[in-house]
Amino acid sequence: MAAIGETRPVDQVNFLARLNNNRNLLGLLFMLPAAAILLLFLTYPLGLGIWLGLTDVKVGRPGRFIGLENYAWLFEDHIFWLSVFNTFVYTTAASVIKFALGLWLALLLNRHIPFKAFIRAIVLLPFIVPTVLSALAFWWIYDSQDSVISWILIEAGLLDETIDFLGQPNNARASVIAANIWRGIPFVAITLLAGLQTIPASLYEAATIDGAGEWQRFRHITFPLLTPIIAVVMTFSVLFTFTDFQLIWVMTRGGPINATHLMATLSYQRAIIGGALGEGAAIATAMIPFLLAAILFSYFGLQRRKWQQGGRDD
Amino acid sequence: MQDFTRREILKTGAAATLGATVASPALLAAARAWAAESQWQPESGAKLRVLRWKRFVQSEHEAFMASVDAFTKATGVAVRVDSEGFEDLRPKAAVAANIGSGPDIIWGIHADAHLYPNAMLDVSDVCDHLGGKYGGWYPIAEHYGKREGKWINVPITISGNLINYRKSMVQKAGFETFPDNTDDFLKLMQNLNKQGTPGGFALGNASGDGNCWTHWILWSHGGKVVDENDNVVINSPETVAGLEYVGELGKTFIPGAASWLDGHNNKAFLQGACSVSNNGISIYAAAVREGMTEIAEDMDHAFYPVGPVGEPTEFHVAFPLMVYNHTNYPNAAKALTAWLMEKEQYDAFLQGSVGYLSHPLRAYKDHPVWTEDPKRLVFRDVAERSRSFAHAGSLGYAASSVFADFVVVNMIAEVATGAKTPKEAATDAQKRAERYYNV
Repeated sequence: MAAIGETRPVDQVNFLARLNNNRNLLGLLFMLPAAAILLLFLTYPLGLGIWLGLTDVKVGRPGRFIGLENYAWLFEDHIFWLSVFNTFVYTTAASVIKFALGLWLALLLNRHIPFKAFIRAIVLLPFIVPTVLSALAFWWIYDSQDSVISWILIEAGLLDETIDFLGQPNNARASVIAANIWRGIPFVAITLLAGLQTIPASLYEAATIDGAGEWQRFRHITFPLLTPIIAVVMTFSVLFTFTDFQLIWVMTRGGPINATHLMATLSYQRAIIGGALGEGAAIATAMIPFLLAAILFSYFGLQRRKWQQGGRDD
Repeated sequence: MQDFTRREILKTGAAATLGATVASPALLAAARAWAAESQWQPESGAKLRVLRWKRFVQSEHEAFMASVDAFTKATGVAVRVDSEGFEDLRPKAAVAANIGSGPDIIWGIHADAHLYPNAMLDVSDVCDHLGGKYGGWYPIAEHYGKREGKWINVPITISGNLINYRKSMVQKAGFETFPDNTDDFLKLMQNLNKQGTPGGFALGNASGDGNCWTHWILWSHGGKVVDENDNVVINSPETVAGLEYVGELGKTFIPGAASWLDGHNNKAFLQGACSVSNNGISIYAAAVREGMTEIAEDMDHAFYPVGPVGEPTEFHVAFPLMVYNHTNYPNAAKALTAWLMEKEQYDAFLQGSVGYLSHPLRAYKDHPVWTEDPKRLVFRDVAERSRSFAHAGSLGYAASSVFADFVVVNMIAEVATGAKTPKEAATDAQKRAERYYNV
């Protein structure tokens, strides 16, 4: 008995010591809180959303499992398809322009300019202002009677009547895309600027000595070395744009005649305002494949180390 | 509905904290006398939570809070009042019904009680008492209040939405008074457009103004979403006729009406840019309050013109007091709802609402609020003239969903902007409505 009494503490010490030394186990333990938060606040709502999309649940009334009926309905719903089309136009146009202008802005900011830090801070403003506020500002800018743009053009004698920014389907699409671009450029520009600053100046010096022009330096040094950052930035940019809600909701509520309804706004209209939670969840779930594709594109892009460093893929 | 400007919201929000919401001695005495005789004696220790739709008229809110305060002092029932914008209020009301807990009474909107009738307390005794005492309910109030023969909510008010117009511009366009039929109305709109002072009606997803005028125009030509048996019949010759009319009407609108949400016409009208639109009394109230005398004096309100069907086909927004059957104090809740609708309180409520909100009980037709300013007069009759959005069918999920999904608004907008032919738009609306009704 005495022997056992003596060995037990030793066992315990051993166990704790082993535990302490087992990096895998410790790693697991340290990750547990983060994993729990992810499970509780991300996986569970996502799973619930997908499940709701398979039921006919309404706000305030439990539903039953109806399989893919919501999706079958949506498949025949031309407003749903219009929202898919709008979402793609919105995402593609806004992302491409945000990238082009953002890159341009980053290159400008990367030069030696007076008040560099101040200007860089100012550039971030559109990103800092709460979306709803900037949406309200655009709502006024695009007002059908009091638009400041129309006013200036009319005062300057270039126009006779106000521009119907949000009243014509294509005008409305262009207007909301412009607002999204204005809001999204700082994120792209500042992140790309960070990437630009990691490129060693010696490369440019060497290239200059070799007689490379400005375009060649950009094409063969800046751009290849920037690609990993571009991949990350554009993934995030596409995700943000694809799931945009506030700008549209404040400015047009999806109008005119649903010309600016995105999948996110349609989902809200049907689920929360219309009470058809199941159908709204199905619309939201239908966004997942597209978002997943964007993530996978970036993920595999980042995995290719050669491509990341500007080399060619084999 | 949302016929308020941001300035108004800021004002009411700021003033709300300062407002006089305490019962006067006279009100308190009346409350004590009423409480002693009331057929609903509150349970001992009763407490109530009321969630109401956020006021947009400060004086209405004050009258409401003073009534609640008098009720608390007279009966000892503590009442907590929270308010919420109605787009947030509706999901909350639904969730309270679903989980069986939350506020005891919700001042909601539309026919939400019909989405979860089993969660509602039977308030037939309250409504029968009020109806008997105050000259009876208007049919629209009964339609919204009753389900299967019993009252499932107390219709508290109806918010009128009518034609707002500039007298001088309409007269210049050749009409001494505002047209009372749709043919003359179209002529007026065409003349207004020709003389450079166009009118406009919201064609965007405007849940208040958009729904009100588009349902009127649909019904005025005999079109309707469903028949009496809830069969979807929107794709009908009558609807197409209405849409052909809309096609002509839409050409006369002020540029930009296609993008209009609820607040746009208020703004355009107050700036003098828009000669005719549909709205609650908020444009006029704002003009009076802000001292815009030129517009306030030159504007007036009118009923919607009557179409080929030969009778008024208006839509106004109804508000119910919903008492949940999960309340622990049903008598206290019934007492409060009855108290709010009794003459002294309701008079003050109507007075404070300055025409925004109208009465569902006939006896209040004689209230001086309607006659002291002749421009309010037409709003007196909105309960008498209103149809429900479920017309001609029954209230419930399908009707609410079709309404919330802007099926009628979109159909009208498609034709008014020339995006679709009447036939195409009607076929499309039929398909959309069937999705909700054929479950």
